[in-house]
Amino acid sequence: MTDVTLAELCIFAASEAFRNNGEIVATGVGPVPRLAASLAKLTHTPELMMTDGEAYLVEQPVPLGPRGDYKPKFAGYLPFSRFFDSAVWSGRRHAMVTPTQIDRFGQINLSQLGGTHKQPKTQMLGVRGFPGNTIYHPNSFFFPAHTSRVFVEGEVDMVSGVGYNPAKRVPGGNYSGVDLRVIVTNLCVMDFGGTNNAIRVVSLHPGVTFDEVQAATGFPLEKGALTETPLPDAEALAIIAQLDPHNIRASVIKDNPPAIRAH
Amino acid sequence: MLDKRMTAADIVSQLHDGMTLGIGGWGPRRKPMALVREILRSDLKDLTIVAYGGADVGMLCAAGKVKKLVFAFVSLDAIPLEPWFRKAREAGQIEVLELDEGMFQWGLKAAAFGVPFLPTRVGLGTDLAALGGLKTVTSPYADAETLIAMPALKLDAALLHVNRSDWRGNVHLFGPDVYYDEWFAKAAAKTFVSCEELVDRMEDHYPDQAQANIFERCFVTGVVEMPCGAHPSSMPPSYGWDMKAFKAYADAAKEPGDWAAVADRFVGKSEADYLNSVGGKEAVAALPLPIF
Repeated sequence: MTDVTLAELCIFAASEAFRNNGEIVATGVGPVPRLAASLAKLTHTPELMMTDGEAYLVEQPVPLGPRGDYKPKFAGYLPFSRFFDSAVWSGRRHAMVTPTQIDRFGQINLSQLGGTHKQPKTQMLGVRGFPGNTIYHPNSFFFPAHTSRVFVEGEVDMVSGVGYNPAKRVPGGNYSGVDLRVIVTNLCVMDFGGTNNAIRVVSLHPGVTFDEVQAATGFPLEKGALTETPLPDAEALAIIAQLDPHNIRASVIKDNPPAIRAH
Repeated sequence: MLDKRMTAADIVSQLHDGMTLGIGGWGPRRKPMALVREILRSDLKDLTIVAYGGADVGMLCAAGKVKKLVFAFVSLDAIPLEPWFRKAREAGQIEVLELDEGMFQWGLKAAAFGVPFLPTRVGLGTDLAALGGLKTVTSPYADAETLIAMPALKLDAALLHVNRSDWRGNVHLFGPDVYYDEWFAKAAAKTFVSCEELVDRMEDHYPDQAQANIFERCFVTGVVEMPCGAHPSSMPPSYGWDMKAFKAYADAAKEPGDWAAVADRFVGKSEADYLNSVGGKEAVAALPLPIF
């Protein structure tokens, strides 16, 4: 098991976010989240729903990258043209995404960095579906490089997704759908189980210390049980390899390090 | 007039400076790029563009045609950050109304239904409302819930690229996803469609595919046949996107970084010239559909 990579450990850990989620659409944006959702469906949570990455629902998760002779088999249909009615605004979805910034309230940013809204220093994608996703359905996050540039001090530059910041809550609004679940990074697994939904470290990847995580984070973290993040088992590794035949996962974390650090 | 055939130039002549123009499709998919190129060949200016943006938005921004942009994202998928849109934003060149993807289609629906707004939870707890001047409403029922009043996105005109149409504007849209084209059509005072294939009477050619008529011909003002009219965006099932062309377009934003110097390459003197420059219909037809 010594050749297990950190990316594979992250996929295995992230798949836990989807355990027992029920009949909802599991969306993983990016290789690690997508493999995590797919692994969850093929192991502990077969009732998850999932698309081919475009418009069709599949019961067999579609492998990443060029498919050769593999043809996805479509069991259902969920195009963007009915995505909000069926999945997002009904709360029947759990998305795992990678914003550019996240703050201590779980507020996320994908829109712009620095400057003003009229003239941002760096324009990124725009808020996409984050405002709707975060007020209606569960969300989790994956970050391949845990740094204080991502986990920012203060608040994110543009609040694109709802967090647990009381100052941002317009009175009378219904925030019952706000449900931030898990954060998986190259260093640890966190959740929002701290005081007033504060971010809390729940497990550390092999060889990582809490102090190291704290040093890479722009705000104080709470301590959970601080167990060691488990290595994926042989079954999970086989499924991951099958779902990612071109080893795209090797390009996600810088230098594709092993799950267990070399000392 | 039941015969709605027009030329691309006729369509652009019906547009005017300062108007609000919706553009169908999604990112690098199903964009009416031939009509966008026709705008780029014209003197039109000061446009408010409403789009799930891709290179349509990037090019119009680069050419200085855009006064204001209503958007949730601008992206070329495999090239996530649209480089010409970024340049325009980072230069502070355009006004914006930034929206969530779902709010955006909700605003189109409000316009389609002729109501001033539709209520939604989306936007609460984010910076969207403050930045966009979006107001809230209170439910008049016992729940008294506070909601964002998403204003109608009324369009003076919409441009769409569809798979086929007949002279009367009976359109067929198919492929895996047709995004919000239906709602752009219904939100607009006038909708102009370009199509891959134009037939005289749809019922004589494709009587078994009427379910692909996702909006009715009363929402169509003008029709023009423009095969390959979505290039370099994708138009399934006919062709995929042209990532090589997108890459060249993105690279040009860095070097030379000046739209005037490269516009000829990406717009062409005429649509025929443009199509020749990308290898003609055969080359476009050979573009593989994208893998997601």
